[in-house]
Amino acid sequence: MLAITGTVPSEDFPLVSGDITLEDSHIRIRNELIPVNRGTAALMAAAVKTAETIDHPAPFGYLVGDIGRGKGSRILYKYMTEDLPHASFQTLVFHYLQPIVHWHERLQHSLRAMKERPTLIADAGFMYAAKMSGQSAFYDLFTPDIGELAFLADEKAPHPFYTRGFILHDENLVPDLISRAYEHNNASRFLLVKGRQDYLASRQGILKTVDNPVEEALEAMGGTGDTLTGIVSTLIDSGMAIEDAAVIAMKTNRLAGHYARPTPAAQIIDIIHHIPKALSKVLEEKR
Amino acid sequence: MSFSGFFKGKQTRNASEDAGQADRGIMVFENTSEVIQAERILKKEEWAVRVMGPPPEIQSGCDLVIEFPLIEELNMLRLLEKKGIPPLEIVPVTSPLLQPVDLFHVKDFGEYLMVRAANMKLTVEKATGTIVNVSGGGCPDVPYLAREMVGHKLDEAPSPREIGHTLCGYALQLAFEEMQHQCSQ
Repeated sequence: MLAITGTVPSEDFPLVSGDITLEDSHIRIRNELIPVNRGTAALMAAAVKTAETIDHPAPFGYLVGDIGRGKGSRILYKYMTEDLPHASFQTLVFHYLQPIVHWHERLQHSLRAMKERPTLIADAGFMYAAKMSGQSAFYDLFTPDIGELAFLADEKAPHPFYTRGFILHDENLVPDLISRAYEHNNASRFLLVKGRQDYLASRQGILKTVDNPVEEALEAMGGTGDTLTGIVSTLIDSGMAIEDAAVIAMKTNRLAGHYARPTPAAQIIDIIHHIPKALSKVLEEKR
Repeated sequence: MSFSGFFKGKQTRNASEDAGQADRGIMVFENTSEVIQAERILKKEEWAVRVMGPPPEIQSGCDLVIEFPLIEELNMLRLLEKKGIPPLEIVPVTSPLLQPVDLFHVKDFGEYLMVRAANMKLTVEKATGTIVNVSGGGCPDVPYLAREMVGHKLDEAPSPREIGHTLCGYALQLAFEEMQHQCSQ
């Protein structure tokens, strides 16, 4: 089973866990309805749509409210630290959490205590914490955008905000940034980099790129990285190899974006509704 | 384009000149929200302070510190105590502090304009000045900031400096200020 861990932008939202369903433009976990605008809710919604399309069980979610003060994240870190040694998941995704090094380290102990090690995927704040802790290689997949890749490539930066100027956020430099991230052990086993061209890479180098279709407006849109992470996580959980799942996810996310005919003002739910059609087409072409 | 001007007070100095100099100190706060509040208060009084990254020995996560002239310590402390946000700790600068990313990227989509600062992007509809999207970033206040800002005009939207709490929020503030600058031209 796939489990997704993250936050929602509400200070008083309680810690909830349970199966995730999608109702129009909201996800539901138990009695809590959360609007899908971006962030972990968008990742969860994309995962639900992907699971429905391939007839896979619904993902499981751990959510808490946090508006950036870190209070909710600390509650969730603590809960996960206690819960994980007794849990059984095939795939685990960590997403919008306050990057707190000591909590990341405690969580790692709990992950090591699990009977069977899940496939570990990290994005957003949790990926920052993993890199800051020097533990990137512990994870199977990171899903950075170009700016976050530059951060992974800068061995001295504790946050993307401090990426040094000579490490440019330039699409043309992506292969160099990937090499540099691996050289300093600041990358996971695989990297899925989202940009004008999407890349799948490992320590061996770039394994695959996808650059079609191109929708310029998606760069401005919040949540397109979240949907990509949601799609690839579900495909991996269904049993696909990471290499195959990543390529299908890159193609699906781009195609869903294309179907949505986005402007820079478009919202992520517009793309999420197109995931089933896009994924079906990509899978059909693969056969 | 550089945003180094955002970090300068009345006694402006070159950033690299200051790094590691014994006449500078850093104030450490409970969280980034307090750093942002303290910076606002100190800059309002025209102190020469800069928001910087902490040295490795005190990094704990998503943090910022305030670099300031040590000689002004008592005056600043008095002011911050009066405002209810005294720093947790004050230490002299003994090693170079991390510099925030100092480049903006501006992209023109025709009807829309996007500004990126570090890992944060802000997009505005040119005709109305309405914020239509916030993207990038990974700290939990990003979805919150997006929810509070999208749909509002630039001059009516809450600023990330007021409601943000993390480094991503701080980066969005820089994009927000650059967008205001771009749209005023």
